Amino acid sequence: MTTETTDTTAPPGAPDPRPDGPPDTPRRLYADPGPADRVFRGVARTGGGLVLAVMLLVGGFLLHRAWQALDRAGGSFLTTENWEPDAGRFGIAAVLTGTVLIALVAIVVAVPLATGAALYISEYAPPRLRRTLISTVDLMAAVPSVVYGLWGVFWLEESILPIARWISAYLGWIPFLRVEGADPDDPLAPPTVYTSSTFVAGLVVAMMVAPIICSIMREVFSQAPAGEREGAYALGATRWGMIRSVVLPFGKGGMIGGTMLGLGRALGETIAVYMVISQVFTIQWHVLQTGTSSVSSLIALRYGEATAFGMSALMAAGFALFVMTLIVNFAASSIVARSRSGASSDA
Amino acid sequence: MTIAPERPTARPAAEQAPPAGPERRRATGGARATDVYAVLGAAAAALALTWLLFARLLPFSGTVGFVLVAYALFLGLYALLVSFDEDGPAVRDRVAGVVVRTLGLVLLAVLVFVVAFTLWEGRRALVHLNFFTEDMSLAGPLEPLDTGGVLHAVVGTLEQVGIALVLTVPAGVVCAVFLNEVPGAFARLVRTIVEAMTALPSIVAGLFVYATVILALGMERSGLAAALALSVMMLPIIIRASDVVIRLVPGTLREASYAMGASRWRTVWHVVLPTARSGLTTAVILGTARGVGETSPVLLTAGFTAELNALPTSGAQVSLPLATFELVKSPEPNMIARGFGTAAVLMLLVLLLFVLARIAGGRGPGQLTRRQERRRTAASRADAARFAPAPARTAPPAPPRSTP
Repeated sequence: MTTETTDTTAPPGAPDPRPDGPPDTPRRLYADPGPADRVFRGVARTGGGLVLAVMLLVGGFLLHRAWQALDRAGGSFLTTENWEPDAGRFGIAAVLTGTVLIALVAIVVAVPLATGAALYISEYAPPRLRRTLISTVDLMAAVPSVVYGLWGVFWLEESILPIARWISAYLGWIPFLRVEGADPDDPLAPPTVYTSSTFVAGLVVAMMVAPIICSIMREVFSQAPAGEREGAYALGATRWGMIRSVVLPFGKGGMIGGTMLGLGRALGETIAVYMVISQVFTIQWHVLQTGTSSVSSLIALRYGEATAFGMSALMAAGFALFVMTLIVNFAASSIVARSRSGASSDA
Repeated sequence: MTIAPERPTARPAAEQAPPAGPERRRATGGARATDVYAVLGAAAAALALTWLLFARLLPFSGTVGFVLVAYALFLGLYALLVSFDEDGPAVRDRVAGVVVRTLGLVLLAVLVFVVAFTLWEGRRALVHLNFFTEDMSLAGPLEPLDTGGVLHAVVGTLEQVGIALVLTVPAGVVCAVFLNEVPGAFARLVRTIVEAMTALPSIVAGLFVYATVILALGMERSGLAAALALSVMMLPIIIRASDVVIRLVPGTLREASYAMGASRWRTVWHVVLPTARSGLTTAVILGTARGVGETSPVLLTAGFTAELNALPTSGAQVSLPLATFELVKSPEPNMIARGFGTAAVLMLLVLLLFVLARIAGGRGPGQLTRRQERRRTAASRADAARFAPAPARTAPPAPPRSTP
């Protein structure tokens, strides 16, 4: 097949007929893959290139359109709380804070629950029940966010009021748990100061991301080497002692990675948050107080009425959110990849 | 240290106790009676003590506080009870076991409740057959539930997700094959970018399509635009999932194929892809389940209509999650019931996809179903008959195990 060889008359393995010719040089090894393979490589490369082009187009277009607004707003884009792009006063200080707070509430609630559930499924549950539980959790991770949103609006918002009231009454001395305008001693006080808060939105998102975190953690926990488990038992460890000394250290990378992937999902969540919160454009540190904001619900709220420049400003907000989730996701995947358990666990 | 010398004196007395006879195998797992008594006793004591605190001693009130205080007291009392006849590590083990079980059951219970709540609230709409066969064009907000349905949303969802799949599955699988079979610097770059794009919030994908296809190109809001937005969102998900699956194909299979002189594309076509088929199916179905439930990209790009619109290229077209979202905005209880019914239909669709994924993905690479095995056996018999020397053709067919 190959036509590169110069000497075609001599059979392979025969001594060189021209001993006084030019000295032997190492030949370049090259196997001609043939036309079919070249086409295959071309198609695969084109496919990869096409996907790359689409992805770069999305990112590049976002950055390009966002640049218009970023250029005009400058540094004040990060410090302004208002959102009036046509008046020139707009920034993501309030919405980004709201997004981060909602995601933090979600993570603080979801991680203990998910860790407990993952440990329960992989270590405590009876083996007959285990497969069912795994399927349930995986299915829950695929439940659409609008369903969680419905649950949040029509059930959680009312049912959570006593809890919010209780926390603000007894823990209100902690600054970020205080609710202004609430009087815990008055049983007839209107509950509206507690509705549509960061806390409620965070709880809804927590229920959404908990199955995702849980299924990653369970995957990692179940890979803890059996030899080390048995070693711990042989040394007289109790079940919890074995978990603390074998399973949790082994799964640490997966736990952190799963948490951060959940955080990434929580940051980008739109519909469930949009249904629950009432958007305000001030930084709301009090997580129990009504009114909060998030980048994605800002976009959902304002895209329809936006002028060309308003669109550019929304793109800038979306781009900021994208950059944030990007950093979180890359941090997560690098942590997972470096951990002992990470090589085979892919979220 | 001081206890150790005393043990040997105590032990013979204990060992003499069981009568001689055949040893019986003891069950080491399971709960002992004392464990059960400790749990029950601690629970009873915690409830009683909390009641005493709330009703008689302290100015506390409220169900939530009651549950929290009772649970804290239960943990403390349980630890106390166990510590009467166990040592420190065992007490910690018991308490940790209780906490882990509680957390796990709470999470699972809440998740099941979320789903059950939606089905329960939607029961009023779901019992009417017209809910599945009509659209909402004739049903105003005050109309009773026996008029109007979500057929338009079902059609919209199927078409939008169908178009998105037609766009993303070939691109995604080709890209995943590229990442694994043509390695190099370029493949690494593509993999990094794809990984980055999985972080793209879905609303930003919608915003991108809204700004390009609708504002810049002047297309109207339609099912096609929604499908494009869904594609932008689903493509990285499908690529990553397929990439993982193809990476799991054993290297020895590939090497065997190359060693027999197969070219690259033949190896991919006849070895890699068939081996990874069930995993690829699962990846695609799970990506579809993600796409079916996404509301935000569709919210920006599909528009909203109450009528059945089977043409994705023109006019607004609504999908199941979007219909849910819009229906529950109404204050009318009938519309809210319809919204919950739509959400229930959506969840049933996701459940169906999930079950399909379980069926397709139940086996690892290389494991065959009964039918596939029969087909392979038949093919190999035919090959054996073909390879057999000419006079043997008239002879009965070759023995079944001649070629693997």
